[in-house]
Amino acid sequence: MPIGHYLVLSGLLFAIGTAGVFLRRNLITLLLSVEIMLNAVNLAFVAFGRVAGTNDGQIITFFVMTVAAAEAAVGLALVIGLFRHRESLNPEAFTSLKW
Amino acid sequence: MLALIPLLPFAGFLVNAFVGKRLPKSISGGLATGVMAISFVIAVMQVLALAGMPPENRQINQTLFTWITAGDFSLDLALRLDALSAVMILVITGIGSLIHLYSTSYMHDETDPEFARYFSYLNLFCFFMLMLVLGSNVLVMFVGWEGVGLCSYLLIGYYYEKPSASDAAKKAFVVNRVGDFAFILGALLLLVTFNSLDFYTIALAVKAMPQEVTFGTLSLITLLLFIGATGKSAQIPLYVWLPDAMEGPTPVSALIHAATMVTAGVYMIGRNAMLFEHAPITLTIVAIIGAATALFAGTIGLVQNDIKRVLAYSTVSQLGYMFLAMGVGAYGAGIFHLYTHAFFKACLFLGSGAVIHALHGEQDIRNMGGLKKHIPITYWTFVIASVAIAGVPFLSGFFSKDEILFETFVEGHQVLWVMGVLTSLLTATYMFRLVHLTFHGEERFAGATGATGATSATGAASAHGHAHAAPAAHVAPVAHVAPVAHAGHGVHLHDAPWPMATALIVLALGSILAGYVGVPHALGGHNNFGAWLTPVFNATNCGQTTTTGALAGIAIEECTPVEERDPEEHAGLELGLMIVSSLIALAGIGLATYLWLKHKEIPARMAAQYPGVHRLLLNKYYVDEVYDATIIQPIKVVSTEGLWRGFDVKVIDGAVNGAGYLVSGVSIVLRLLQNGSVKTYAASMFVGTVAILAYYLWR
Repeated sequence: MPIGHYLVLSGLLFAIGTAGVFLRRNLITLLLSVEIMLNAVNLAFVAFGRVAGTNDGQIITFFVMTVAAAEAAVGLALVIGLFRHRESLNPEAFTSLKW
Repeated sequence: MLALIPLLPFAGFLVNAFVGKRLPKSISGGLATGVMAISFVIAVMQVLALAGMPPENRQINQTLFTWITAGDFSLDLALRLDALSAVMILVITGIGSLIHLYSTSYMHDETDPEFARYFSYLNLFCFFMLMLVLGSNVLVMFVGWEGVGLCSYLLIGYYYEKPSASDAAKKAFVVNRVGDFAFILGALLLLVTFNSLDFYTIALAVKAMPQEVTFGTLSLITLLLFIGATGKSAQIPLYVWLPDAMEGPTPVSALIHAATMVTAGVYMIGRNAMLFEHAPITLTIVAIIGAATALFAGTIGLVQNDIKRVLAYSTVSQLGYMFLAMGVGAYGAGIFHLYTHAFFKACLFLGSGAVIHALHGEQDIRNMGGLKKHIPITYWTFVIASVAIAGVPFLSGFFSKDEILFETFVEGHQVLWVMGVLTSLLTATYMFRLVHLTFHGEERFAGATGATGATSATGAASAHGHAHAAPAAHVAPVAHVAPVAHAGHGVHLHDAPWPMATALIVLALGSILAGYVGVPHALGGHNNFGAWLTPVFNATNCGQTTTTGALAGIAIEECTPVEERDPEEHAGLELGLMIVSSLIALAGIGLATYLWLKHKEIPARMAAQYPGVHRLLLNKYYVDEVYDATIIQPIKVVSTEGLWRGFDVKVIDGAVNGAGYLVSGVSIVLRLLQNGSVKTYAASMFVGTVAILAYYLWR
């Protein structure tokens, strides 16, 4: 399979994730969308690694997955904290950090 | 050795300034007087050494250290004693010592710290004055010039709790700044023109130049220097500070405002005689200003009622004489008058101080009279000095004043001569008005016990003293309790105690004898004083080739001495003029006796008949008011409305506040971007990333 297919899929996934971040009004969905974007990037890494014939793409993907797991843990903890504070998961409810 | 002359007073200043507070009066006063006396002895020794040298190279130089080096320009802190500065250091240290001695008694009622402060200022003044006259280049002179100005300020404002004294001090300082500014410009122009500031080098360089007939660089330099001199030496138009300077203690008036500092301008012209000689336009201005000041101040002195102010205007007038002499090219005569004037004017001021001391601070001559028998030493010394200043034959003032008038006449300035003669008449008149009102006639002082009786005398005093709108009767400078006039009981007036009496007697002797060093040829003398000074004014070494850089090898042809006249040539004329001015002096004394002793109603009637003239003179021609209206008020208006409310508030503050308003105005718009919404931030990150990527893809 040519590299183009992988990249198109990766681009689509990234666009879906981005759209999710911008359009959804739920913090948990936002985190999910961020995960989709990260995985889109992972897919691109692996595809490039294969084309280059090295293991580098796969190794960096493991790193990204680890970081994504940590990010999800911290993010969910924050979301729970925020929910307890405001009884809401809408990101627009949390705008007090401004001038 | 030479450096010790100024450094001894400086050491005295250091001691009194730093530990004087803890010293008793006898030590701080004794120390200040002692250093001056030692300085005088050294000065005499140095001058004797100088006199032993051949006349054409009488110079003692001492370079202390190199002061400034910049590129190929270098300047030494160097002292030079020559015939001219010899006269000055003898006057400064000699009369200075006497005045220090006098002050130990006059200032005795001050507290220890104040007493030490007074003497530290006085010693510092002598240091600067000696630097001024001993400096071998313009910059050292300028240091002294500014230093004496500072000390004058400090001493005029010595009684600084008194508003009038601190105002007078500020006035003196500010008016002097105007002159000093011109002096600096003149000095800079000298440096640019001659690439040197050494008086001797400049004189030699100028000597090789032709006289400047039209107004050129030399005229500009000399004119600027002369403006400096009008400030320091109280000439029109900058004389206004000197009468007010009488707020200082009386010995200060004697030392600074009569004998030494105010003559600095005359000395400066004498020092640069060769320069001025080549700028005839400036010389004419100097002569006219001098004669005008002499006459103008003399008329004001005629109606003043404060004993010290009369003397102050007299000083301004006599300084005018000196400038007249300088202006007609009679440098020797000018310095001669400076020297004799130092004796009799110091004596007069110290005498007035003794009167004020005896009367516990009274300065208004309308409240004096009949003091002759109470304070005889003061009386006799005062009279001798008055006779000397009036120009009565065979006292010191006669010789110097006549030489000036004679030179003025011979140089062809008949109008100036007439002004000088009129001034001479005025001088004799106002001095004897002062003598009569102070020492003769009925006693008008508080508590008088004379023939007129206490009650009537005080009555007369109040009638006399307060009938006119008196120019502010001055607060007692000596902090005595005002004497209470008990009817029937007299107050016993103390004559000068011994330190004051010594100073008065020595100065009175000086007033009689000082002139005999310069007896003119017409009277069988040899004018030794003039002969002593002439080499200085001619920059000596006449006919020799100069060795200074640019002018090396140029033979100086023009070698005519500044005062080239054959001494016998005008002997008859000189004798004739002498008789005229002697008669005028005697006429002045007679007139004063007639008006203020014999027929006292006449001056009052004249004042009543010509109220305008009288008021004009009493208010000093309203010069202070005119200056206030034409200079001070415009400056104040421009400062408050233009510089303060206009430039400072609008431009400076405007720029600073404007920067603040600009930042906060822009911030009001920019801070809308920080709305706290995570999505907006994410969107801006996204757009930013896309933009950067797009740039790299399509560039």
